[in-house]
Amino acid sequence: MAQQKRRRRVHAVLAAAAAVALTTAGCGGGSSSDSNSAAQGADSRGPITFVTGKDNSNVWSATIEKWNAAHPNEKVTLKEQSDQADQQHDDIVQHMQAKDPSYDIVTTDVVWTAEFAAKGWLVPLKDKFALDTSKLLKPTVAAATYNGTLYAAPFASDGGMLYYRKDLVPTPPKTLDEMWGMCSIAKKKNMGCYAGQFAKYEGLTVNAAEAINTAGGKIVDDQGKPTVDSPESVKGLQMLADHYKNGDIPKEAITFQEEQGRQAFESGKLLFLRNWPYVYNLAKTDGSSVVKDKFAVAPLPGVSGPGASSLGGHSEGIGAYSKHKATAFDFLKFIEEDAQQKFFMEKGSLAPVVASMYDDPALVAKAPYLPTLKTSIENAVPRPVTPFYPAVTTAIEDNAYAAMKGDKPVDQAIKDMQSAIASASH
Amino acid sequence: MSTTVEGAEARRTSPRHEQRRKGLNAGQGRRALFLVAPTVVLLGVVIVYPLVKAIFLSFQNDSGLDKATGMFVEGGFAGVDNYKHWLLAQCGTATGTSTCPPGNIGSLFWPALGVTVFFTVVSVAIEVVLGLWFATIMNRVFRGRGLVRAAILVPWAIPTAVTAKLWFFIFAYDGIANHLLGFVGVDPLLWTGDTWPSRFAVIFADVWKTTPFMALLILAGLQLIGSDVYEAAQIDGASRWQTFTRITLPMIKVPLMVAILFRTLDVLRIFDLPYILTGGGGGSGHATTTLSILVIKQIREGFHSASALSTIVFLVIALVAFLFIRFGGADVVQRPPKGKRGEKPVLPKNATVESTVEGN
Repeated sequence: MAQQKRRRRVHAVLAAAAAVALTTAGCGGGSSSDSNSAAQGADSRGPITFVTGKDNSNVWSATIEKWNAAHPNEKVTLKEQSDQADQQHDDIVQHMQAKDPSYDIVTTDVVWTAEFAAKGWLVPLKDKFALDTSKLLKPTVAAATYNGTLYAAPFASDGGMLYYRKDLVPTPPKTLDEMWGMCSIAKKKNMGCYAGQFAKYEGLTVNAAEAINTAGGKIVDDQGKPTVDSPESVKGLQMLADHYKNGDIPKEAITFQEEQGRQAFESGKLLFLRNWPYVYNLAKTDGSSVVKDKFAVAPLPGVSGPGASSLGGHSEGIGAYSKHKATAFDFLKFIEEDAQQKFFMEKGSLAPVVASMYDDPALVAKAPYLPTLKTSIENAVPRPVTPFYPAVTTAIEDNAYAAMKGDKPVDQAIKDMQSAIASASH
Repeated sequence: MSTTVEGAEARRTSPRHEQRRKGLNAGQGRRALFLVAPTVVLLGVVIVYPLVKAIFLSFQNDSGLDKATGMFVEGGFAGVDNYKHWLLAQCGTATGTSTCPPGNIGSLFWPALGVTVFFTVVSVAIEVVLGLWFATIMNRVFRGRGLVRAAILVPWAIPTAVTAKLWFFIFAYDGIANHLLGFVGVDPLLWTGDTWPSRFAVIFADVWKTTPFMALLILAGLQLIGSDVYEAAQIDGASRWQTFTRITLPMIKVPLMVAILFRTLDVLRIFDLPYILTGGGGGSGHATTTLSILVIKQIREGFHSASALSTIVFLVIALVAFLFIRFGGADVVQRPPKGKRGEKPVLPKNATVESTVEGN
């Protein structure tokens, strides 16, 4: 009897805890590169599916309608994913693991391209699929290039800009030293001087990478090997740590993501803010914004000229299991055309990847920040292009956070960052 | 509930039952098998298969890069490397293995276990005290009792994700919590940024949400204690404290232990609340990273290693559950016939336990 009792108890324990294991077990399955799949369907045309995150500003439905009117036999169907980046990523992973032929074109964030390429899920854009990138902004092409091969067509870009209070600072700072010098103005007004995205999340990787790249450091080399352990990187990160310590960066900024920073700037609590272009229109029109006519944008300040922004944005890749790759490639060329690029900017405020768009007077009249954004993107450095991006970004984030908060010396943080990036690929 | 009745029946008529079981003919046996089969298959599919698969995956390496092509290739058999990665914080390097550097999440297993256990002990302790208090209040007869019972239930009725977002706004730098602190002259705290504030923010939100659950389970136990027992105690001149410790506590011990067991397992698996409230951050960046948050983080970096971690988490939780049931008296399993613990009140126990299982 006692034995039976014990056995029953063991069963109950197993049952009670099994649910925990369920959470991860469903995600199993391997991944292997399938060299044949890329060639299959290379010449064939027909209806395709276009996969992208939620089409909030309706740019894709209109673009696809236009294409479909001209290509009745090669119609494109829109498949919208959720509006959360992580979910979009995981959705693509699941469909590609299942070798879904209906994922003809997938929209990838700049930081996912290397991972998808290394898994063999994207068709290399060479030979038959060689894309003309001469008109595109160079950093956007670099971000979509893995191992010397282009794997996705950049379609929208993004870069950081310096928002500043033009009522308090008539001429924006050109260099970092100038900017930190102006913090005395903020102090007199009893407001914070500078903030970016310093909470421990992807935004911190963006900001830390900008500080490191601007100071002349380099996080990884072209082969993806970590090269961050250098005096330049230490100098870049040291700058953030020092100014956080002396209060130029207000202490609450360590909890800021994009939105908290925007709100602080809009309520007049910040002199300088590093943020993306989306803030521009909101700060001009928000009912709660007290800086509507009191701010302007400038390129991120650097050592002697513009700083090195991190690059945001999305690219379009052709799915390896697509049955109509020729059509998919034509559609990629279609979205790189000026007309479409202009439409994305006008309708969805998506920063163009075609350089000439930034000089288009009609567009500049509508979005006065465009010339600044162009400088930002031209000087941008893509975040590390590596198939192990999730582990690499954790390595950067964790150590930059500890260094900024003063939990460990900056040179130690940079050393740890170097070894953590190295361990990411093992 | 019918199982209880059958169980009691079986207990009483045990010898005859044995006889009848021996007398089952082949046809009856086959029919029984046929009837049980769907359940067995279902349990196999939803419990055994994922469990076995996760354990199998945990012994495989995550896919690595082929240096020549830059493409991913299968990792192959890993032995216990994935387990070493977590338990010994060993990371692979170009030359072999070394201790995982800060910034590699392999270095986070022990801190995460510590944080999870801390959350469990503190949250459950506070919930037990508050739950007892709430339950005692709800058990009294007074005007507006229905209203109080409903009001206490509100936090439990709100989905955890919503709760977490709610507290996220409350604990924001210029949120209500800091405003209230301002009234009493305390400088604003970085609730999601500093080590202890972020941990207590999570505990606060967790206690707020789950105390009603505790209170309800305890209330169910309290309601089964007859008023005559208390009257007898009163006549004997027992003080209030004596009544509480000698009568109330022993009588509600079993439902209380079951409630504690459920809450303990819940907090050991806690994910959504800290994930949304602090993102696992705080302090040097991991002050609120629990084991489940670590599992989810790792899935994106490679799920073979994540399988190993989730197997470890599973074993930890299974061990805790086992210890509770074995030594804590949280008898969630039907007592077999001729159980030895006759001294405990039988009816309240079974009734409460089963309603709990169903209610969960």
